[in-house]
Amino acid sequence: MAPQLVIDGLTLHFGGVTALAGIYQEVNRGEILAVIGPNGAGKTSLLNCISGLYRPSGGRIVFEDREITRLPPHRRAELGIGRTFQNIELFKHMTVLENLMLGRHVRMSSGLFSGGLYWGRARREEEQHRRRIEEIIDFLEIEGIRHKAVGTLAYGLQKRVELGRALALEPQLLLLDEPMAGMNLEEKEDMARFILDVAEEWGTTMILIEHDMGVVMDISDRVTVLDFGRKLAEGTPEEIQRNPLVIKAYLGKH
Amino acid sequence: MRPRNPFVMDCGVFTTNYREDMAIIHHPGAKLKVLAVIAFFLVFPFMVGPYYVSVANLIGIAIIGAIGLNILVGFTGQISIGHGAFMGVGAYAAGILTATLGLSFWIALPVGGLVAALIGGLFGVPSLRLKGLYLAIATLAAQVIIEFVIVHWPALTRGPAGMVLPAPTIGGITLDDDTSFYYLILIITLAAIVFALNLFRTRTGRAFMAVRDRDLAAAVMGINIFKYKVTAFAVSSFYAGVAGALWGHYLGVISPEHFTIHVSILYLAMIIVGGLGSVMGAIYGACFMTLLPIVLRELADAFGRSFGGLTHVMLSMQEAVFGLLIILFLIFEPDGLAKMWRNVKNYFKLWPFSY
Ligand SMILES: Nc1ncnc2c1ncn2[C@@H]1O[C@H](COP(=O)(O)OP(=O)(O)OP(=O)(O)O)[C@@H](O)[C@H]1O
Ligand SMILES: [Mg+2]
Repeated sequence: MAPQLVIDGLTLHFGGVTALAGIYQEVNRGEILAVIGPNGAGKTSLLNCISGLYRPSGGRIVFEDREITRLPPHRRAELGIGRTFQNIELFKHMTVLENLMLGRHVRMSSGLFSGGLYWGRARREEEQHRRRIEEIIDFLEIEGIRHKAVGTLAYGLQKRVELGRALALEPQLLLLDEPMAGMNLEEKEDMARFILDVAEEWGTTMILIEHDMGVVMDISDRVTVLDFGRKLAEGTPEEIQRNPLVIKAYLGKH
Repeated sequence: MRPRNPFVMDCGVFTTNYREDMAIIHHPGAKLKVLAVIAFFLVFPFMVGPYYVSVANLIGIAIIGAIGLNILVGFTGQISIGHGAFMGVGAYAAGILTATLGLSFWIALPVGGLVAALIGGLFGVPSLRLKGLYLAIATLAAQVIIEFVIVHWPALTRGPAGMVLPAPTIGGITLDDDTSFYYLILIITLAAIVFALNLFRTRTGRAFMAVRDRDLAAAVMGINIFKYKVTAFAVSSFYAGVAGALWGHYLGVISPEHFTIHVSILYLAMIIVGGLGSVMGAIYGACFMTLLPIVLRELADAFGRSFGGLTHVMLSMQEAVFGLLIILFLIFEPDGLAKMWRNVKNYFKLWPFSY
């Protein structure tokens, strides 16, 4: 079976800085691919190119046999690419429910008029999608905070809500930018469990950026290593752990 | 419904299904309150003189316009200094239909709104590229251009002299006094409020707020930012257009002076004082800013009677008081009257255990 996502020769410059230098990467349907690398290696830039927030200077991105390199971000979301951010990007003044309902934007269809009249279709749709949202709320065990404004929640919970918002889109491909950063051990374990459950229950493909090597080794199927915008290595967690180049890059930093 | 002990405070209402949980009005008591308020407004003209009815009419029109501006500025985060001009577009479009072409007001009113929506949406296109101050300048250009066209196209608008507009009629009744117009304005104002409240609990309204709060996250959620910005301009201008058309036909005359940048700024002041991003805030702000000059004038008159000659001084201070109030709100309560009112309510909900 063809890979779900193919990144070919992806290059990205910021002025004189080369954030990505000709990256080639395949991602298979249903796998969890970890992207690791030192600070500034280009990991976030890679996700930003996939979700359309950055325009690459060169190369192609093909998602489910369709070239998406030039598509605007909202069109990619419609195709089923969802994501979370390294620095939480929730709608802070809105409640957890509103954030999750926003995550369902592309799965809903009611427009301005039916919404304003709240009659028939819009009303049915809101109720029906609210039900789907409640499933996600149960899944992430955030029942108690559904009416809370997101900005008032603890950091770890916000990370969880952001995952929920991305899941609400029912993504085919889910991009997670350091979903466990800044969490304590218990929160990390919870998050790892949620990620594995998502893979198991929905078969969602995931690209996961993570610095904690323990977590990476535990939950990823394959690992890609970036360094200064270049791909240093790719393989199973065991292979990566033994790779001398990787060891050197990491040891060189510390 | 279970009977409620009036001596026990509300501890919170527990909902048992999504429909209840998603309703605009949660408390069973609040439903009664809303009905009582509507009943009050239905009998209001019979309780007061025509002067207060006319004040209520102006407030109703201001509410429609202020909700419209708040949809754009408070809910979608796009600044506009052209709201007054968009009201003018609606007023003139409707006025040309009724006064010049002799069409029915009931066609002219929605068409006035739609024409304003079209023009407003058009002037919203720069919002794709422009933000903050730059967008403000672009909408200022809209204000200037529209005023210019109104003044310099007398064949259509009668230029600076203005137009005389006919009173609407319905089933043989002519709405030519304050009281009959009152009910028309009341119905449209209620519709404008309910539409806005519904909008912001459904998909399109949430998308507006997402665009305001986080452009990039909104895009990644699949929200077409450009589409929703332009839509917000159009909806906001539709409200402005309807308010303008109502105003014009209520006054019976329109002229370029009715739709200057002062009007735009007055409406901005309403939503800032009332509360950005809140339908109730727009309502409070519209009431406040419409009543303020009236109260100030009465005060000035009262003082003037006791200390001759002061009236003039006090009247000229109006503008200063206006400006001062806005600055005070910006500094001390940026969330406006809506927030202050919530604080007061919360205080009494817990009273006497407020601390
Ligand atoms: N918007 C931007 N403008 C300018 N330079 C940028 C921008 N985004 C990223 N860069 C640069 O591109 C390079 C890669 O950054 P990126 O954020 O992708 O790294 P990262 O691997 O995610 O790092 P971290 O582990 O710190 O999150 C860095 O040199 C960074 O300074
Ligand atoms: Mg990063």
